[in-house]
Amino acid sequence: MPKMTMVQALNLALRQEMEKDDRVIVLGEDVGVDGGVFRVTDGLIERFGEQRVVDTPLAESGIAGMSIGMAVYGLRPVCEMQFDGFSYYTMHQIEAHASRLRWRSQGRYHVPMVLRAPYGGGVRALEHHSESREAFWAHIPGLKMVIPSGPRNSRALLVSAIRDPDPVIFYEPKAVYRAFREEVPEEEETLPIGRSQRVREGRDLTLIAYGAMMRPTLAAADELKKTHGAEADVIDLLTISPLDDSLLVESARKTGRVAVVHEAPRSFGPGAEVVARLVEKAFYHLEAPVARVTGYDIVIPLFSREKYYLPTVARIVDAARNLLAAQ
Amino acid sequence: MPKTRIALPDSIDHLSILDEHGKLDAALEPAIDDSLLVRLHRTMLLARRFDERLLSLQRQGRIGTFPPIAGQEAAHLGAVAALRGSDWVVPAFREMAADLWRGRPMESIIIYNNGFNEGSRIPDERNDMPIAVPVGSQILHAVGIAWAMKYRGKDDVAMTFFGDGATSQGDFHEGLNFAGVFEVPVVFVCQNNQWAISIPRSKQTRSQTLAQKAIAYGIPGIQVDGNDILAVFAAAQEAVARARAGKGATLIECVTYRMAVHTTADDPKRYRADAEVEEWRRRDPIARFQSYLTGKGLLSAEAVKAEEEAIAADIQAAVDRAEQQMKTLGDPLLMFEHAYAGMPDYLKEQRADFIRFMAAAPKEDTHA
Repeated sequence: MPKMTMVQALNLALRQEMEKDDRVIVLGEDVGVDGGVFRVTDGLIERFGEQRVVDTPLAESGIAGMSIGMAVYGLRPVCEMQFDGFSYYTMHQIEAHASRLRWRSQGRYHVPMVLRAPYGGGVRALEHHSESREAFWAHIPGLKMVIPSGPRNSRALLVSAIRDPDPVIFYEPKAVYRAFREEVPEEEETLPIGRSQRVREGRDLTLIAYGAMMRPTLAAADELKKTHGAEADVIDLLTISPLDDSLLVESARKTGRVAVVHEAPRSFGPGAEVVARLVEKAFYHLEAPVARVTGYDIVIPLFSREKYYLPTVARIVDAARNLLAAQ
Repeated sequence: MPKTRIALPDSIDHLSILDEHGKLDAALEPAIDDSLLVRLHRTMLLARRFDERLLSLQRQGRIGTFPPIAGQEAAHLGAVAALRGSDWVVPAFREMAADLWRGRPMESIIIYNNGFNEGSRIPDERNDMPIAVPVGSQILHAVGIAWAMKYRGKDDVAMTFFGDGATSQGDFHEGLNFAGVFEVPVVFVCQNNQWAISIPRSKQTRSQTLAQKAIAYGIPGIQVDGNDILAVFAAAQEAVARARAGKGATLIECVTYRMAVHTTADDPKRYRADAEVEEWRRRDPIARFQSYLTGKGLLSAEAVKAEEEAIAADIQAAVDRAEQQMKTLGDPLLMFEHAYAGMPDYLKEQRADFIRFMAAAPKEDTHA
């Protein structure tokens, strides 16, 4: 199997889906001739032409609104936001229409579109280029919110997102884009949307994370084993909404000690929903209060200080130690 | 030579064919089949009377808030009359005559305005979109639909409606700009009814016309007398033909007037003078069309009387059907449907919890 970065894996997903299905259209700012500012759509315009790889005017709401019309008509638009910080221009179109047209039309129409956006910090970027606002989208009924964590699952999830009959917000952890390579099979591979995955088996505590936070979380699990002999059950959410709590609840009942990790601000973040589900379904199994290792409730600092804002291996280990020590 | 002049289109056509006195410009008169003229009249009259009936139903508490269309029948009906069945209509929320023309049963409108989602289901044989409440947001959907039509090599057209207020929204400008860049088969129809709730057209934009905004996006724009159904039809026919021929988008500004309230929750006495309303009453779209049809020998006082009676009976039958149908729409569990293609587990749990509560709770707590 070839080893790929996440950027290459996402490109593979787009290329293969476009080969298979002429309903799939890629559109956005600089996605054509330039191949996208992160090069995720590199080479697609040469392969599929301007008809299917569409450089649009610079207007995010326009891109999202046009995608809705395309999707209602029967196409499968995959639109790109250059950065998550600019994706909020689309929020009105996504909230008012993409997420509701199935409901509004009582099933007559649906909106099978994907809105891709790089999100998150850790790449020393400008203001508006490092946010992690997945909770905005996850709060919208009718919408799906997916965040892969590595090259292989990013490819499989993007294929599933493109084929999904409902609108999917697909946040790509830009800190992972070129951070490491994984083997990604050439043949088709999908992952179900709305299912989390256990990526490491353990019985002493549960660490729940997603996206770019999977790497520090897995590193923290290594550290905990080394320094405390503690085995962590590590769960990758993969889909933020609709949130699958079956694995979370099962793991919490087993370990009784849970930390949830994300770089989004803490209050009303995805971690809050995870905690609420565990309180509802695993309360009597908990041995310690569920810990949240998250961004702080502030604007993510410019890059000279972002390392203090983002959860690190040390912060996760610190929270885990407290969990393990709780009587 | 630092300062040169760039030549731009610096004028916009205004089209009026049948004026408020019923005077016809025969040279501009569109060729419309007699049967089509008669059907247009019938739909205008039906829409007017149905609008009145909805208002009385609302005042009696038998339907909820709704936006009346009185005075704007020609502006939207004339436009959709230039379409064929396979074209798409992407409405705002004040196009009821167009909706009836495209085949929406009156009872569906009553049911929708009674707060039942079932009323916004578009029948399978129609392509049109349901109404869009957030002002101007639907314009982009028409552009996307038109883009897809072009991609599929169809010669269909998407027509979208919005008001004068919508021309201040970003989505209006993005929509016209995208349509210009992609040269897609879309017709933008602005029903300039002079008022966006309490804000007059003059406070919406400094532009002399709304049609001229097309110039900035490199597409044709035209202003028409929106109370003149012949002018609206002629302009729409030309725009639709242009779109079908692969020559892109058009903006049509229909100058009309909202004779009634914005919605039934609105009181226009707070912001506009009765004299203005009276002035527009003289420009009524139906009166002049009736005098035109009478002049052509297609209508008579007796025929109008018979038509009115038939329409009253049709409306009553629709009200009866709606009230009958609504008796079967009480199941609250239907609110959990159509969120996603498949129901997620947590929603199944919430639904099950609701069922448990409804079964166990005292009757007065279940709204039953």
